[in-house]
Amino acid sequence: MDRIPILKLGGVLIVTIQVDMHDRLALALEEDLTAKIAGTGARGVLIEISALEIVDSFIGRMLDNIAAISRVLDAETVVVGMRPAVAITLVELGLELRGIKTALNVERGMAMIRDRLAEDDDLESARARHED
Amino acid sequence: MAVEGTETLTETVKAEEASILAAWLSLLKASGSLQTGRIREAELDTQAHNVLGQLRDSLVTGAGEVGSDAYSSLCDTLGEISRSRAVQGFTPTDTANFVFSLKEPIYDALNRTCGNDPAAVTRATWAASHLLDELGLHTMEVFLASREEVIGRQGQEIAELSTPVVRLWDGILALPLIGTLDSARTGVMMENLLQAIVDEEAEIAIIDITGVPTVDTLVAQHLLKTIAAARLMGADCIISGIRPQIAQTMVHLGVELNVVSKATLADAFALALKRTGRTVVRKQQPSISSTAS
Repeated sequence: MDRIPILKLGGVLIVTIQVDMHDRLALALEEDLTAKIAGTGARGVLIEISALEIVDSFIGRMLDNIAAISRVLDAETVVVGMRPAVAITLVELGLELRGIKTALNVERGMAMIRDRLAEDDDLESARARHED
Repeated sequence: MAVEGTETLTETVKAEEASILAAWLSLLKASGSLQTGRIREAELDTQAHNVLGQLRDSLVTGAGEVGSDAYSSLCDTLGEISRSRAVQGFTPTDTANFVFSLKEPIYDALNRTCGNDPAAVTRATWAASHLLDELGLHTMEVFLASREEVIGRQGQEIAELSTPVVRLWDGILALPLIGTLDSARTGVMMENLLQAIVDEEAEIAIIDITGVPTVDTLVAQHLLKTIAAARLMGADCIISGIRPQIAQTMVHLGVELNVVSKATLADAFALALKRTGRTVVRKQQPSISSTAS
């Protein structure tokens, strides 16, 4: 597989990583995702990694990068479904990924993004009312 | 390098095997191996018989080199015996004496077969002593290794027993920690907690450290690792049960846990319920207060 598919659902981009990541695949994903966020104006990115069994520092940094890039492009990144072994490995590698949000499964991750979007919309409407 | 006098020793052991075995067994019994009741007489007989038989074979085929292949089966047998003795709770002295008590019967036998040639007796005695010392050392090494194994296994069992994960409510877990946290225990604890988070689909984990005697920088680091890993899985952690003295030590040491901490498990549980959108209400006023008013 050359590319990891990115699905758009409303204002949210969904990525599920079903294969073992290698460095080139990770870089391609980072690029594709950046282009897609900018292109669609998505407000949330959900990365599902429950099938990911092996991580190294490069993949960990890639996740961090994606989160940072999305933040710059005004989108919220949530990583969901991390396996215990992967979490332990990342912590042992010293990658605590403080920049990204996490959730246990897709359902909770979507709820987190929806909450965030709802908050933003409230702010927007409040500001609009203020200006009127 | 074969030790001089080994041939004499080999001949003697071959010729005098029966009498050596008898003398050895009587010595073993006299030394009190049987009195503790850990081993039966028949078992001891079989062990001694096997060891002496294999010693003879090894001497015939491999001369006096304990490291050589000829001695591998003898070493295995001795290893087996000393391993079983380590498990049965024999003292190191008992185990070592099993081999060392073979010296006296062999020396006697050497004296009997070539007593008229003092130089030959000395050489053969030296060869026997060299050989038995090596075998004795081998036995002790296996004995110690088996003891270490037993201790290691017990340590692992304690580690597993002492890190239970308790489900307090839907999506709320508690991890009551008891005893000092070292890196091995933290590993087990982390695995248990993360697996429980997956199984229970937990949102919040309360780590209660009431039973942790001291929190130094290392323990704090272990706690932070666990919290970071739980966060990566999408669960929040609350720390509870930090005792006053520990709070003081932590501040003096400059240890900072950048997480929500509560004084007691009850407070932490209340916070967890609140965060998951639940409240605890009393069903009705207690009867005492209603009569008073």
